Amino acid sequence: MTPVFLGTPGVGNLRGELKFPKAARIALGNAQLRRNIGHATHTIRAKRAVAVAECADWEELRAAGSAIKQDVMARLPELLEQFEHKVTARGGVVHWARDGDEANRIVAQLIRDTGSDEVVKVKSMATQETGLNEYLESVGIAAFETDLAELIVQLGHDKPSHILVPAIHRNRAEIRDIFNREMPEAGTLTDEPRVLAMAAREHLRRKFLSAKVAVSGANFGIAETGTLAVVESEGNGRMCLTLPQTLITVMGIEKLIPTFAHLEVFMQLLPRSSTAERMNPYTSMWTGVYPGDGPQEFHLVLMDNGRTRVLADEVGRAALHCIRCSACLNVCPVYEHTGGHAYGSVYPGPIGAILSPLLTGTTGPDDPNASLPYASSLCGACFEACPVRIDIPSILVHLRAEQVDADSGFGGQDLAMKAAQWAMASDRRFSLAEKALGLGRVVARGGKIRALPWPVSKWTASRDIPAPPAQSFRQWWSQTHE
Amino acid sequence: MSDDARAVVLRRIRAAMPTTGPVAVPRSYEHGALTGAADVAWFAETVSEYRARVRYVAPTDIAATVAELVGAGTAVIPADLPPDWVRGVCTVADDPPLSIDELDRSDAVVTGCALGIAATGTIVLDAGAAQGRRALTLVPDHHICVIGTHQIVETVPQGFAALDPVRPLTFISGPSATSDIELERVEGVHGPRTLDVLIVDGLG
Repeated sequence: MTPVFLGTPGVGNLRGELKFPKAARIALGNAQLRRNIGHATHTIRAKRAVAVAECADWEELRAAGSAIKQDVMARLPELLEQFEHKVTARGGVVHWARDGDEANRIVAQLIRDTGSDEVVKVKSMATQETGLNEYLESVGIAAFETDLAELIVQLGHDKPSHILVPAIHRNRAEIRDIFNREMPEAGTLTDEPRVLAMAAREHLRRKFLSAKVAVSGANFGIAETGTLAVVESEGNGRMCLTLPQTLITVMGIEKLIPTFAHLEVFMQLLPRSSTAERMNPYTSMWTGVYPGDGPQEFHLVLMDNGRTRVLADEVGRAALHCIRCSACLNVCPVYEHTGGHAYGSVYPGPIGAILSPLLTGTTGPDDPNASLPYASSLCGACFEACPVRIDIPSILVHLRAEQVDADSGFGGQDLAMKAAQWAMASDRRFSLAEKALGLGRVVARGGKIRALPWPVSKWTASRDIPAPPAQSFRQWWSQTHE
Repeated sequence: MSDDARAVVLRRIRAAMPTTGPVAVPRSYEHGALTGAADVAWFAETVSEYRARVRYVAPTDIAATVAELVGAGTAVIPADLPPDWVRGVCTVADDPPLSIDELDRSDAVVTGCALGIAATGTIVLDAGAAQGRRALTLVPDHHICVIGTHQIVETVPQGFAALDPVRPLTFISGPSATSDIELERVEGVHGPRTLDVLIVDGLG
């Protein structure tokens, strides 16, 4: 059987097939999806504001979180080596992976070495990114997602659409239908969220209690001690991290923090930003192996998969500070309407619009990831919500500028910009252009211009242009003041 | 030059990373040590807001309270749990270690904890005294946790300052829950669905 990837071979699920405008148009046609995402994002926005307002020192925490991550990027090799040394000293085995494919192969081999052909999984963006589940399936290993939302996505043969709640595009009735179809043993369910959560508990309990191998991601790795942390809600994480004999953790190299004390900052920022809770129900931290307590074999896979490419971008490298809280998705006016699938990558929303193209690099104007930096109105809500102060709007503008420089072809925008440059370079030419602009009134109806020929048709196809005034400011000034 | 994955990744990082040197981290957020006694009422309030059941219990009433909560069932206990806490309760000690199925068949687990954090309604287990290994507080459906008022701190930084990172740590804030259906919190998924916290003044 040939491995089937949703995205690009090598890097995994970081690139969709359609450019954002096309994919967004499809999503916008799905009224149910728009209602579901709109409802969920508005619910969480209000709650997040309350959770954040409780912390008088929120801005100081954000500043500290940002500085800690900057410090990590400036000392990454020494911190990674220290981390590796500590994990190894406490009985863990450290592996390195250049890309997603290599990480997948390492994990599959480690699972085979245990003699098992199935694993339970804790929700992990790193393994979503590499397409680990699809890869394992292609080599005959069954991977069971245990996070409720991941389970909904897996049982619905669907794609994730949100970093924290991958099934956010499904409402309770749709989830009930998926469960009724895929978990017949659960009997007929109602759409009460509590009933659905209980059904998932029953469905997965035997799996947890008998699993031999678990695969997890990591929210944080602590260089000073070799400690790993997984932040979760349901207890599926604790089940996977505690009961199986073997634990395999896949972690991006940017998830490191220098010391245990630094975690006091992120454990205040992350829960309030992601689920709007003072603290998430469960956080597990472990360092290597503990005789008689938890997995007796621990493997850690440290993965690059494009992170060093992001690091090399002086402006864009701040995207590596992301702690995957998804606050930027929840406040984004674009995400709210399109949902996550339109972004193609497993990282949707504002952070995805910068992280995905930075991780993969882009191959030219036809690359779907090249369209992502334009999936924003630059309103700035994401920067304001980001708990580690990633200036997403500035990075979006930076990536747009890089593309314009790289593509400098003969598109309508390029022609318009070159014409504007020529006209604005001379006072006389600019005055003439202003006079010409006044002609626009001829084609205006009701104060608006609704359609113009190419290349301006690209703009007027989806927007109106206000009719130009009878007189420009400069014309008025010269009449009244000179 | 070595081309194994480790060498390649480290070489890529060195070529890409900023050359600023270490970055100073401003610690102007609240991180002061606890002065005087912690605000126990605050802890009780935040814990109960996450649908954990909170009771104030006198040291001499722990066993009676635990007996009432466990009812006719059996409670798992770590081998070093103070016997006074479960006198008269039907218990099974984790010594020799119980199988996962035995844990699954028991009705409750009774433990102490390492500390509690008032600002977030969190109890922290570190596999230390009266806590046992991590599976004990995970598989049984009902967790009864005893905390002394002297174990309560107020802020998250105070909690981190008191913990040893290389121990297995579990932060617990309310019973297991999920926000995965329409981003609304629902209690009770894979971890214990019932969490009782007994706050004891004058413990040990």
